[in-house]
Amino acid sequence: MKLLGILLTSALAALAAANDTFLIRDADVYPVTAKEMKGVCVLIRDGKIAEIAPKIVPPKGMKVVEGKGLRVYPGMIDSDTNLGLQEIESVRESVDTGELGEFMPQLRALVAVNPASEHFGVVRVNGITSAMTFPNGGGGGGRGGGRGQSIAGQAALIHTDGMTWEEMEISRSAAVQLTFPSVGGGGRRGGGGGGLPDEIAAEFGGAAGGANARRNVDEAIAKINDFFDDARRYKAAKAANPPGFVTDLKFEAMIPVLDGKVPLAVSAGQAEAIHDAIAFADKQHVRIVIMGPREIGKVGPELKSHNIPVILGRVLALPEHPDDAYEAAMMLPEEFYKAGVKFAFGTFTNEFVRNLPFQAAAAVAFGLPQDEALKAVTINPAEIWGVSDKVGSVEKGKWADLLITNGDPLEIQTKIEHVYIKGMEVDLSNKQTRLYDKYISRQ
Amino acid sequence: MRKLLLAALAVLTAALAPLYAETIVIRNAVIMTVTKGTVHGSIVVKDGKIADIGEKVMEPTGATIIDAGGQYVIPGIIDCHSHIAGDGGINEGSVSVSSMANIKDIINPEDIAIYRALAGGVTTANILHGSANSIGGQTIVLKMRWGKDAQSMIFEGAKPGIKFALGENVKRSGNPQGGRGAAGTTVQARYPATRMGVEDVIREAFTEAKAYKAEWDDYKAKVARGEHPIPPRTDLKLEPLKEVLEGNRYVHAHSYRADEILMLMRVADDYGFKIRTFQHVLEGYKVAKEMAAHGAGGSTFSDWWDYKVEAVDAIPYNAAIMQKAGVVVSLNSDDAELMRHLNTEAAKTMKYGGMTETEALSMVTINPAKQLGIDNRVGSIEVGKDADLVLYDKYPLSDYAKVEKVLIDGAIYFDRDKEVSSRAAEAAAKQKLVDKLKQQQQQNGGRGGRGGRIG
Repeated sequence: MKLLGILLTSALAALAAANDTFLIRDADVYPVTAKEMKGVCVLIRDGKIAEIAPKIVPPKGMKVVEGKGLRVYPGMIDSDTNLGLQEIESVRESVDTGELGEFMPQLRALVAVNPASEHFGVVRVNGITSAMTFPNGGGGGGRGGGRGQSIAGQAALIHTDGMTWEEMEISRSAAVQLTFPSVGGGGRRGGGGGGLPDEIAAEFGGAAGGANARRNVDEAIAKINDFFDDARRYKAAKAANPPGFVTDLKFEAMIPVLDGKVPLAVSAGQAEAIHDAIAFADKQHVRIVIMGPREIGKVGPELKSHNIPVILGRVLALPEHPDDAYEAAMMLPEEFYKAGVKFAFGTFTNEFVRNLPFQAAAAVAFGLPQDEALKAVTINPAEIWGVSDKVGSVEKGKWADLLITNGDPLEIQTKIEHVYIKGMEVDLSNKQTRLYDKYISRQ
Repeated sequence: MRKLLLAALAVLTAALAPLYAETIVIRNAVIMTVTKGTVHGSIVVKDGKIADIGEKVMEPTGATIIDAGGQYVIPGIIDCHSHIAGDGGINEGSVSVSSMANIKDIINPEDIAIYRALAGGVTTANILHGSANSIGGQTIVLKMRWGKDAQSMIFEGAKPGIKFALGENVKRSGNPQGGRGAAGTTVQARYPATRMGVEDVIREAFTEAKAYKAEWDDYKAKVARGEHPIPPRTDLKLEPLKEVLEGNRYVHAHSYRADEILMLMRVADDYGFKIRTFQHVLEGYKVAKEMAAHGAGGSTFSDWWDYKVEAVDAIPYNAAIMQKAGVVVSLNSDDAELMRHLNTEAAKTMKYGGMTETEALSMVTINPAKQLGIDNRVGSIEVGKDADLVLYDKYPLSDYAKVEKVLIDGAIYFDRDKEVSSRAAEAAAKQKLVDKLKQQQQQNGGRGGRGGRIG
């Protein structure tokens, strides 16, 4: 029966038009980059948005999706995940993040993406159509990378649907990950001591605070600078094209970073580490994106003047210190917004990628304007990762990564009726809906 | 030092909490009672209890008026699974049966997580041991009476409980290679190391407990007959299990997979006791009708999954399926952060599985109250019940909502306006302490100040 259905559908499709060509009729379109348009039509041709107009008459045989009373939004983008690289967090065999080696820019997350990962099906249904997938365990601010890793490799921007990683690829090298050294650890939750006055930090004793800790950080930063200096010398040597030049894959991978073509995604949780990272970027003339800041401290103006964007980690998080405001993490996005810093949201896990919109909404509850929250999961990440010509808004010429919903996509209660990636309708069933179907009949 | 700052903070905050409950009228509110529909009107709070609810109420003279301005009121949220205030003493992992250990002995009333939970609308929480043991320790139900001492936080009259645990966490202690997070340390292998062993440990314990109970029953019968026998020796390990057999202590069993859930119910059937709740119970949906038949409740996560092998089949529809099968279902946090937004965890059951608004809200209010046997006191907004109430600025099942005020026993324990407006004063008080400490350091000459460090 099912087979017949499939045959019939494909036959019809072949008769009419390709699956990635259709019309959404009479819907309310929220482009994100412009004011909403009520009751308009969106024509999708060959997977791209061909036209948005009050009235479009579909050519004969074209598939029409009735949009009356529904809304069209761009698909959402999660700016920090390990999707495809990690299946079950506690099972080493299913985890491909956190390779050995201190400086490993040549590693590519993309090639280790398992398109069959059950996570993709689960996150798609909540409207997340693309994601940055990072080679480091924890992807940044939160959970640290492989032991002692500075550069974990290249993060890829991928679609959350596809049969192979090539089909899923949006940008194979959207960023090179760098974990920045900091006093009290890489911005880990409860890292201790960070952000406190020196005298007080010293009182806590141990690993946190003190001149020693600062010296260690400076040494670690010097080591990173050495690596970048070496890479620059390699680049110069290569340009000179001397006889017998030996290719080095690590340094090769650094050239796009040195040329400013690929940004560094710099994990830095504490304000001090962010300040250090900005100084480092100035010195090395590289573009950076700050990953997972846990506080803004005094670095807001610095980030703004340097035009450095940040990827905010989980909004629903505990405060760093016992005497911080209870909602410190929920207020952080608004603080970055007020400082004029461009930001996007990341979930910094696989398990909670599907909660990306709800994380954005929690920031709205504590002061962030709703439209800014929406931008932070759509157009902002598209711009930050250099793909705003392809995704991030409902605009002519972009890929049709679209959601059709019955309301605000950041609201838990909202039903997502259809999801499209490059104009192809995404199957909204997944492992979890299949288990539901199987066991609901048993009760 | 950290403790000093915290203590100062606690004193400041405690000063905000009233000592005695006053008469309060919450006016102009959308009152989601959970058990009796939604009322647009007022709630009268007197002597710590709900005295009246209605569109129009008699406002007692001298009552403090809170104008909710059309905002929402729900019953205080109840978290059936938390480890806050446990002072880190969560797993007595040296033995498989640690029923002699009691959370009550280690409550830390100054754990800042209590205040944070309160700020998330939680008024009551079930505090349990960890899941390292097949039979863990005795649990305690707390009200989040921030600023009070440990004894005063205990939910008076709540039936005591005991934590059981099945599956991976229990097995892990038996794994000679150690488990997650045990890198570098060699863990002494401890029975059990398999789910088979877990069943055996529990059966062995209840075989002992049954014999122990028989000894006591025999003793009591003899006493009743006027004899003067020597009493059996009190066994602190078996005493709580005897209470389980007598129906005087609830079993809250950490579980994931359907097989182990079924196993424990059959063990309980054999020994003649009940499993009050399965905790986490991520595959409860596979054996929901068996759970309903046994009378076991299910206290689960909304959408956690895939973080370990026993969580691969976890689905966000779990709560809804169990509910439809007739199981009393609650959503718990097991986490000091998640605990702060159980309202939106409840909302997820409307998204996944189509629960109604009332069904969803029940899962964090009246249902956990039932599971803990305190539904005569809390879990809904009804006349005569404890005035444990939460005011939200928006529809509480929306992720745009935030908690404005929290009342416990009719007293305001969290007030967002006050909290926010007192921050400057608190920061100044903290700075004063910092300055004082600096001064001390200088007087003592350089690093000598460390000698005077507190904590």
